[in-house]
Amino acid sequence: MKAFFFYSIIQILPFIVFADWLGFRGTHGNGLISEEIPHELSLNSHDSWETTLPGRGLSSPVLVGDLVFLTSSSGSQQADLHILAFNTITGKQVWERTFKATGRTICHNKTCVAASTMVSDGEVVVAQFSSNDIFCLDLKGNLIWLRGLTYDYPNIANGLGMSSSPLIASGVLVAQVENDANSFTFGLNLHNGTTLWKKNRPKGANWTSPVVLAKGSTKWIGLQSKEGLAFLDPSNGEILWNYNDGASTIPSTVISSENVLLIPSNGLTAVEEPVKGKGPEQRWRNNKLAPGTGSPTVCGNQVFVINRANVLTSASVQTGEINWRLRIKGPVSGSPIVTKNKLFVFNEDGLGQVIDISQKTAARVLKEIDLKDTILCTPAADQGALFVRSDRKLWKIGQATRN
Amino acid sequence: MKNSLSIFVFVIINSCLMANNDIYDAITQVGPKGAGNDKLVKNWHLVDSMSSSDIPRLLKIMNQANNLGDNWARAAVFQILENAGKEVLPKDETIAFIKDQNNQGSSRRAAYEFINYVSPQVAQSLVSAFIDDPEPTLRREAVELLLTQADNLVIKEQAIEAYEYALEKARDVDQIESASKSLDELGKPINITERMGFLTGWQVIGPFDNSSRGGFNEIYSPEIGSDFLKKAHTGKNGSVQWQTFSTTDRLGLLDLNQPFGHIKEVLCYAYSEFESSLDQRVQFRIGSKNAWKLWINQELVFARDEYHRGATRVDQFILDGNLKKGKNQILVKVCQNEQTESWTKQWEFCFRITDLSGSPIKTIN
Repeated sequence: MKAFFFYSIIQILPFIVFADWLGFRGTHGNGLISEEIPHELSLNSHDSWETTLPGRGLSSPVLVGDLVFLTSSSGSQQADLHILAFNTITGKQVWERTFKATGRTICHNKTCVAASTMVSDGEVVVAQFSSNDIFCLDLKGNLIWLRGLTYDYPNIANGLGMSSSPLIASGVLVAQVENDANSFTFGLNLHNGTTLWKKNRPKGANWTSPVVLAKGSTKWIGLQSKEGLAFLDPSNGEILWNYNDGASTIPSTVISSENVLLIPSNGLTAVEEPVKGKGPEQRWRNNKLAPGTGSPTVCGNQVFVINRANVLTSASVQTGEINWRLRIKGPVSGSPIVTKNKLFVFNEDGLGQVIDISQKTAARVLKEIDLKDTILCTPAADQGALFVRSDRKLWKIGQATRN
Repeated sequence: MKNSLSIFVFVIINSCLMANNDIYDAITQVGPKGAGNDKLVKNWHLVDSMSSSDIPRLLKIMNQANNLGDNWARAAVFQILENAGKEVLPKDETIAFIKDQNNQGSSRRAAYEFINYVSPQVAQSLVSAFIDDPEPTLRREAVELLLTQADNLVIKEQAIEAYEYALEKARDVDQIESASKSLDELGKPINITERMGFLTGWQVIGPFDNSSRGGFNEIYSPEIGSDFLKKAHTGKNGSVQWQTFSTTDRLGLLDLNQPFGHIKEVLCYAYSEFESSLDQRVQFRIGSKNAWKLWINQELVFARDEYHRGATRVDQFILDGNLKKGKNQILVKVCQNEQTESWTKQWEFCFRITDLSGSPIKTIN
């Protein structure tokens, strides 16, 4: 009995110690950090580190246990695709795998081929690149399967680059590869990469990422486009619900803990939890809450939006009323992430800003961290620290060491 | 007893070889749209039992594989090196594979990267020999080395000579531009248009209607038949005629607003003839920020229905195809959409033909 108890503890220990950060904007895709992060962060603390990367990228780190995973791309055509794993404690590279792009790699200079954030279910990691090459690896870096969606369909490409981050739901890898010419979303079998379903999608450049809606024991997948937001059954691609009042093609929807959809549509539009067979029920719409490049994030009854003028706004998820506004230092490309009391965001100049959001009526900057490098990604958070990358480096920024 | 042991060893070795053959077959058979994935996934555990002696065979397998199979083979090699340690890479065989130009360029490139992964110094020592390599990505390494060496020369005449040599060997546009710019600064201007082999002289006809971007899929009369220049055509506003249009742009950019004016929701056709000295595999290299279609000898090579997503770039699309001996007909359809923003004014394309290593091919007359 005693042995069984200790065995059980050993088995679940990693999951107690590390909450993980499994995809774009975290495990739940809403930017919410499950544990508090100290605001006294420092690049010089004993558990902070930085490491050099072998290529460019604006994908975010993802974290599973004591590993942080990241993509980058290099070479004159950015055709060298790197998937990297580092130890979260030491920053030491654990493994690297390099593949060749089989799709188009031309991008706007500001972005690059490693733009999409990886996703994990805790057992495998999946990397998608702007070339629409997708690689599924185990946590040791061994290939499980790969696909080349532009190899399959040569017109799946965007001259500016693609950046949608994949997600995993119900054993299906959902890859949204939408653009002007051939626009599709694929449901791939997570075990072998074969196509379970392929949906024709609205033609038009689309950089948004799919979102997961937990419906009891099942999951729905939300696909945003210029036409709106559609929810699908991940097992077969069947459309279950549709909001067709238009939506942004850059910032993505965020879903509150009560399953309220906060859609970047006509500013920001809050829609009640979707119900199969019923039309959208709008809770509120506020055209003063239009997000810029980064996606909104949500914590409890507050939704946070950074607009094109670098104004961070908190609004009520319940009513859409604005709680406070704070001009931050921009420009900002990445999305903010939050705990109950703090918001973290990095601007393009590499300035990390920690903002106190604990008060309902006002916010203030608690701390600034200058990475002195171009930062376009959304940070990841776990183990009481932030993980953020540039084209050249990956940082872990931990709590300042007390003297 | 001895015989039993021999049989046992034979059976084990044979079953290993057969198992490895399953992996090799699966890698060469993997196809688009997930074809062959299931077989590879089921057999992939066998990679864990592979050793460094399987790496040369995997490189050979890459010769027969498509780009997807290449990536599977790369993963297998990395997995072997991860399991057994980088030092197990059979360097001599891998270097011999790189040097043997009978192997596929992409496989040789992969082999070079494995060498670079385990021993960057050894990889670097190979680079200068790539200067005439048919594999563009290897050749590029050698040209880069030449450009760096030229940058460090202080005597003007020596620098000019070094840049001229690098320019002669360069195939990628950025390296050609770099060498050309340096030569220009040293007082030796280069005709880059000629050097890169842009087709600058065309016959153009238009405008045809492209309202709501519908013209892209509309088959207008210039697309029909092979007697392109002799036909009368009806355009958006009535009868239209072929007209000669050429460019003096250094990168061969044909600004279609010049012959037709700054008009929107229209399209035009550009036609040119190219005399080839032989039947040959080539690359058609087109750049355009507009939607376009390309036909060679009335066969559609590729079509791209996208507008103003980034700038027009040289070699934006590199398309494998064929030229026949004698006259070849090149027809390009270039579409302009309805957008009115300042960055959507361009209606343009550039075009050149190269061999598979990127060397420009010029018409023989």
